[in-house]
Amino acid sequence: MSKDFHRSVSPDQSGLRKQRSLWNYTHLDLPLLLLLLALCVAGLVILYSASGQDWAYVERQAIRMAAGFAALIFLAQVPPRVIMRVGPWLYLLGVALLVGVILFGVGAKGAQRWLALPGFRFQPSELMKLVLPIVVAGYIARYTLPPNFKAIIVSLILIAIPFALIMKQPDLGTSLLIGASGVFILLFSGIYWRWIFLSAGVVAASLPGLWMIMKDYQKQRVLTFLDPESDPLGSGWNIIQSKTAIGSGGLSGKGFLSGTQSQLDFLPESHTDFIIAVIGEELGMKGVLVLLALYLLIVGRGLMIAVKAPDSFSRMLAASITLTFFVYVFVNIGMVSGILPVVGVPLPMVSYGGTSIVTLMIGFGILMSIHTHKSMLRR
Amino acid sequence: MSNEEVVQTQAAKGWRLWLVFIALVLISGVIVAKMVSLYTAEQAFLQKQGDARSLRTRLTPAHRGLITDRHGDPLAVSAPVATIWADPKETDLQNSNLPQLARLLSLNPQSLLNSLKENPSRRFMYLKRQVTPELAEHVNDLNIRGIHVDQTFRRFYPTGEVSTHLVGFTNVDGKGQEGFELAFDEMLHGEPGRALVLQDRKGRTIKHLKSLQEADPGEDLALSIDLRLQYLAYRELKDAVQTHKADSASAVILDARTGEVLALVNQPSYNPNDRRNLNPNGLRNRAVTDIFEPGSTMKPITVAAALMSGDYQFEDVIDTSPGYIRVRGSSIRDHRNYGELDMTGIITKSSNVGVVKLALSMESDAVRNLMFNMGLGQPTNTGFPGERSGVLPFLSERQEVERATLSYGYGLSVTPLQLAQSYIPFANRGVKLPVSLYKLDEKPKGERVMPAEVATQVLGMMETVVTPIGTAKQAAVTGYRVGGKTGTAHKAVAGGYAEDAYVSVFAGIAPISDPRIVMVVMVDNPKGQEYYGGAVAAPVFSRVMGGVLRLMNIPPDNWEEASMQVASK
Repeated sequence: MSKDFHRSVSPDQSGLRKQRSLWNYTHLDLPLLLLLLALCVAGLVILYSASGQDWAYVERQAIRMAAGFAALIFLAQVPPRVIMRVGPWLYLLGVALLVGVILFGVGAKGAQRWLALPGFRFQPSELMKLVLPIVVAGYIARYTLPPNFKAIIVSLILIAIPFALIMKQPDLGTSLLIGASGVFILLFSGIYWRWIFLSAGVVAASLPGLWMIMKDYQKQRVLTFLDPESDPLGSGWNIIQSKTAIGSGGLSGKGFLSGTQSQLDFLPESHTDFIIAVIGEELGMKGVLVLLALYLLIVGRGLMIAVKAPDSFSRMLAASITLTFFVYVFVNIGMVSGILPVVGVPLPMVSYGGTSIVTLMIGFGILMSIHTHKSMLRR
Repeated sequence: MSNEEVVQTQAAKGWRLWLVFIALVLISGVIVAKMVSLYTAEQAFLQKQGDARSLRTRLTPAHRGLITDRHGDPLAVSAPVATIWADPKETDLQNSNLPQLARLLSLNPQSLLNSLKENPSRRFMYLKRQVTPELAEHVNDLNIRGIHVDQTFRRFYPTGEVSTHLVGFTNVDGKGQEGFELAFDEMLHGEPGRALVLQDRKGRTIKHLKSLQEADPGEDLALSIDLRLQYLAYRELKDAVQTHKADSASAVILDARTGEVLALVNQPSYNPNDRRNLNPNGLRNRAVTDIFEPGSTMKPITVAAALMSGDYQFEDVIDTSPGYIRVRGSSIRDHRNYGELDMTGIITKSSNVGVVKLALSMESDAVRNLMFNMGLGQPTNTGFPGERSGVLPFLSERQEVERATLSYGYGLSVTPLQLAQSYIPFANRGVKLPVSLYKLDEKPKGERVMPAEVATQVLGMMETVVTPIGTAKQAAVTGYRVGGKTGTAHKAVAGGYAEDAYVSVFAGIAPISDPRIVMVVMVDNPKGQEYYGGAVAAPVFSRVMGGVLRLMNIPPDNWEEASMQVASK
């Protein structure tokens, strides 16, 4: 505990900084907040069209967004060192809950992802999405950077436990995303390039071997991704439909609420995972590019916060949160436009669905907290 | 750790972050590039794919032409109905509305489900056809995937059994099957149009985008019949068939000036709107398709031939004693010995001996040729499916028996329509007219088959038939001068003639003063007490002709009698 002691007595430079603005006082970051608000409004407008002009969907989504912003504002008040301290406890709780899911969980379509608590259902993997980067960053930040071999191994174990538990549900998409958020921390911890290249090489070399041990249906999925037309009525259907919707939109689209593919029920999952195809069809290439720009601005602001972060923990955490957000966007658009295989990843803030919005907002709350609480340790 | 080392590693990390940022921009570039390619290189293809999913060319059914009577009253009309069909491959078998659908279509829910399950790969299956638009609306509201509704038309026949022999009917696909629906199918059905529509994934039409080609509705067909006369004739004929327990009957009313058929009815008939218990016997349009031996109704033609031959004058007298005549060993009889009869008397009394004597004294083909010229043995060319021409044989000098029997209407066969046509020259001052079942715009060109004088003389003879001394006093019409000729022929059966089966006929013309109407009533095999044409067919003629003359506003010949008739009614 000598580190904690050290941290608490180290001089806090916040008092010396230029005068505190309203935004410093509320611990909110105005550019990020405005960008998120813009994204949410755009998301609601698109959802109105994608849900078949059903206000009930828009209303429920708006309520979730409001809850998300409340969580964001709350988290922004919590100093990063507090976040770092509660991390391990939340991690233990999260692992326990994930075990609980496997033992007592409920779910649908052959997957157990929820815990039925009295009154509501809870998806522990969402908690883990937030907690894992906090714990790994908190762990590595204790040691000299770049981390030594032992620290890397321990970090990998910390990552592997929830990864395996979520994979067992089974929820491959989420487990990969959570694994990635942990690996991002390691990447930013400054581990030597040779290790990065080494592991990348190992992964690449094992790909043919992986193909050999893959089950037939898994091979089929990969083949479908490479050539959706090979199975146009089965697994290729979604992707062909979404590409058709986007491509037929043209430069300026068919007009809001006027997309034939999305409004006439040809586009599957139009209000959830494939919602960008609705934008692509109705608002055209311009609409898609504006939305992409909005995402990139948010990612850019997140990275800027990471760069300016006062300490290693904050920097690694901020970068991981931002990068994970980017991965969401990239995987979703990539899968809808046919660059990536179809995995169930929603488009952040736009796709209809509850928990991911609140989780993402909490992440942005942590970013704001990092940006507005100056240095807890060495500048 | 030294301070220096910390600073160094921090710096390394900052640099690495920017590297990551550049990587992100590159990855974003890949996405943008893919999107741009979807919008540019692949756009035309994807646009076509999108249209292929949502745009459809639908056939819009053409409205089938009306069939009307000569005044435009509808005999056959098309009403919009809907067809419910299923695409079993697409149908959502789990849909909770399926039992409701079965109820709406009055099908057994279980058998509906079974038939859908048994044909999982079929793409088309009728569930119910010709349902009302309201019911179709309910089916649409159930919103079951794979259940479709198509708009179409169904044929209705407002006059039902009364004119169905002429009009015929269409099958469930809207194709003509009988009568004029069949004969003029090409003209009536029209050409379906094509429209570009927007459809959703369930295949339901969401929006009419534009009409590629308007449906070309079929042309209307106006028949020559007058519905009022048709109803009247039908009612009386049906009544007569019941009264006399006859097998069948036909009646034909012609306009004596144009040859148009004003009414044409048959018994038995059927209801074309409900053909579930259809008796095939009722399908026949006997007046056009069935032939019979006309019997004594041919005698006026024989007499006309005699007058035309130049060998006989109107006033000439024939001795019919002793009431029979032997021709090559066969005996031809009258009812009784009428003694000396003039030409008129031969018709009045319907003397077989009289006409046989006339026929055998003339050129061997004189009677036969006049019959032929008047339309017998020739097609009537009405265009009606199944029309018959009858048989009128050539006879040589030596076939005396055949020439004798032909003179009183045996040894040839005619349809009721042909018989009516053959009476037109008597009513039309010796000019024959073609008959027509559809309304004519102008009077057709006729063909003179006998001098006007002969026609007038024979017409006068026929008037005596309906007097108290004639064979058909029951054919008389109060207030009008009418004339005609009875016929009572033994039915031809295999190997000869039936002893106790007859065809009772009356062919008549009215009014004699200025003929307008020719009418034939034929009753086949009456099984009651009476079977003579004068007793069975003549009363029908009287009742129908009386109504026809009044309905057509033809002035009576005897106003006093006519007004008394009206007063007593």
